[in-house]
Amino acid sequence: MTALKAKHQRLILIVVALVALVGAGLLAAWALRSQANYFYLPGQMVSDPPEVGQAVRLGGMVEQGSIKTLPDGVTVAFRVTDQDAAMVPVRFTGILPDLFVEGSGVVAEGKLGPDGVFIADNLLAKHDENYVPRELQEMSQHQQAALIQETAE
Amino acid sequence: MIAELGLAALWLAAALAALQLIAGFLSIRHPTGELAQLVRPAAIVQGVLCAFAFGVLLWLFAVTDLSVKLVATNSHSMKPMIFKLSGAWGNHEGSMLLWITVMAMAGGLIALVERRLPEKTMLATLGAQAFVGLGFYAFLLLSSNPFERLPMPATEGLGLNPLLQDIGLAFHPPTLYFGYVGLSVAFSFAVGAMLTRQVTPEFARAMRPWVLGAWVFLTVGITAGSYWAYYELGWGGWWFWDPVENASLMPWLAATALLHSASVLAARDALRAWTIMLGVIAFSMSMLGTFLVRSGILTSVHAFAVDPQRGSFILILLTIYIGGALALFALRAGSVAEGERFTTASREGALVFNNVMLCAILGVVLMGTLYPLVTEAFDVRVSVGPPYFNPVGAIFTFPMLAVMAVGPLLHWRRDKLARVRTPLILVGLVTLTVLVLVLALYDTGILPLLGLAFAAGLAIASFLPLRGRNLRLVPVATWGMVVAHFGIAVALFGMASETAFNKERLAAVQAGGTTDVGPWSVTLAGVEPVAGPNWTAIEARLLASYDGGEPIVLGPQARSFWAPIQETNESVLATRWNGQLYAVIGNQGEDGRWQLRLWWKPWVTLIWYGGLLVALGGTLALVGRVLEDLKRRRVRTRMAERRREARA
Repeated sequence: MTALKAKHQRLILIVVALVALVGAGLLAAWALRSQANYFYLPGQMVSDPPEVGQAVRLGGMVEQGSIKTLPDGVTVAFRVTDQDAAMVPVRFTGILPDLFVEGSGVVAEGKLGPDGVFIADNLLAKHDENYVPRELQEMSQHQQAALIQETAE
Repeated sequence: MIAELGLAALWLAAALAALQLIAGFLSIRHPTGELAQLVRPAAIVQGVLCAFAFGVLLWLFAVTDLSVKLVATNSHSMKPMIFKLSGAWGNHEGSMLLWITVMAMAGGLIALVERRLPEKTMLATLGAQAFVGLGFYAFLLLSSNPFERLPMPATEGLGLNPLLQDIGLAFHPPTLYFGYVGLSVAFSFAVGAMLTRQVTPEFARAMRPWVLGAWVFLTVGITAGSYWAYYELGWGGWWFWDPVENASLMPWLAATALLHSASVLAARDALRAWTIMLGVIAFSMSMLGTFLVRSGILTSVHAFAVDPQRGSFILILLTIYIGGALALFALRAGSVAEGERFTTASREGALVFNNVMLCAILGVVLMGTLYPLVTEAFDVRVSVGPPYFNPVGAIFTFPMLAVMAVGPLLHWRRDKLARVRTPLILVGLVTLTVLVLVLALYDTGILPLLGLAFAAGLAIASFLPLRGRNLRLVPVATWGMVVAHFGIAVALFGMASETAFNKERLAAVQAGGTTDVGPWSVTLAGVEPVAGPNWTAIEARLLASYDGGEPIVLGPQARSFWAPIQETNESVLATRWNGQLYAVIGNQGEDGRWQLRLWWKPWVTLIWYGGLLVALGGTLALVGRVLEDLKRRRVRTRMAERRREARA
């Protein structure tokens, strides 16, 4: 190696660094492509469900009147909707976020179970009165309006 | 009247920055001219004026002057004093003023103390610093004036977001800002050196303390931010790959690479162009981070001040600075003279490898953070989370950790791996033993398993550079490296251990009922209402006993604030040497049972102790370098004196 001219060494360094960085970029791009179906709206989850057990996020509105606490006292069942037609039942075992209420937007992180019930490990509700999960902005107009009205309160 | 004084000081400072920019760049060719004499004083006075303006803002918050819009919207007369003061920077305008203040004071400090560089490089550096500063003055004065008055004074303030009313968070943003701004100084140095084509070891030595300082602040800021998210959000996690977190991680990764390449340049006069490039990238990452956080362009659980118009302003600044610096780099990189050569198996070789790996990790995080933005342009909403970041990042992290164990043992320029075979076998054996033990005893995922094993190996390896040396004669900077590397091992061990051995229990408990998690047994003695200065809460009385021992009393709260109206969960942590019990109280069910969420997290505290060790290492390195420079300066003055005596 020492016999190499300085210019050659520099060239080799640049090539090696480029290969590593381009490799990282390609790897990241490849991994990101498989993330493309990481976020689901209820409609998508009904029509084109993710594989059972695959970690995904489900975003939508908590259906009015759907929140029920199960007898164990820590598991909550509710339904997430986007259009009136599409609905996904969700089960979450845990302490509900402070701002988790019926008719409000929510992002549930978890997996689809074999029985079609979404098992959430984590719920992202509004973080404070100013925060709305951005993913929810894709929802239908009247729900958006409801969301805006609710945030404005 | 006082608010107007602050504003006037800011305008004056901006004018001085303009003068500093023009005088600095015009006098590069004539570094001894009259114009050149103006540059250093302009920088110093600018720093003083900004400090004054920031002092004014602190004063306005301290007395809750409700005729000032910023105070009225972010403070409240009923707030404790410390949060009145931290309210000064807990918002967009105030934090931007803090940013420009730190930057101007840093510029003043350079002007005051830095005498190592050739004068013309110094002038170019201060010119560049003023150029960056002017953009931020424009931003502040034209679109986010912190001293704006209300037409009618408010009767009461709106208050500060309760999540921000936390002592850790009060000092978290300034810490990160010191880091970001330190990198802006490194950027100015890089631009200055490119303009005058003087990329020398002297340049690297002048830049290094700034990079080290910025890096220490970033490390502390990230560590504190992670701990804050851990205890304040009540989710029990310490890293969420949230865009705002990534925004601080990316400059840290770039600064880490820069720090190491600047060391190569300072010690061995190699990696010249690479160091300059990293100087540009590191500051680009802090600008990008600011942009992501401030613009609201990305979803984040803790993006506080968001405004698209400000976002576009920062985007324009970002384009000017980064685009300009990269164009300059493209023009000048070819003329940066060759550095010294080295072989693959050498200290430089190892550092280059780690530099490339750090940049690869940076690229992975950057792509993951920006990807949702790109797809959104095509109307596809995507969120990128841990399933992407963890494995893809790990592919580059583990090789880097392996080389990190070897690198410090190697000689500069040329070495043979055979020479360090014995210590390496030792490290390898430790790693392998832990790997096999964990594999045999526990059922963990692949990443925590590797994490534990590599952490053990690196912990041993980080002390090997001290082997066979007289410990009292080891330079302070070397101690710094040892401590920082050991800190990485400690933090890694904490992360892997928390992921591998975490135990969680969620239960609905009647008053008087008992539940358990890991080795803990927790009894809910009762629930009572309590009141604070600006909130009311219900507080649980928990009796927690470790392994049948004497119980300790814990009081997690669910708080309701009234200005603004918001509810927060105050978790409690019981810390033992071997981990933390984390408890949160939830809602009361219809049957009267309370929800309790408990975690037992073995060695979780090592994550933040590790982070603090890394920062301590950086501080030691900084102190060591400064001492070395002082010694070098003394020697140089003495030699100059002797020469003068000889002549006389």
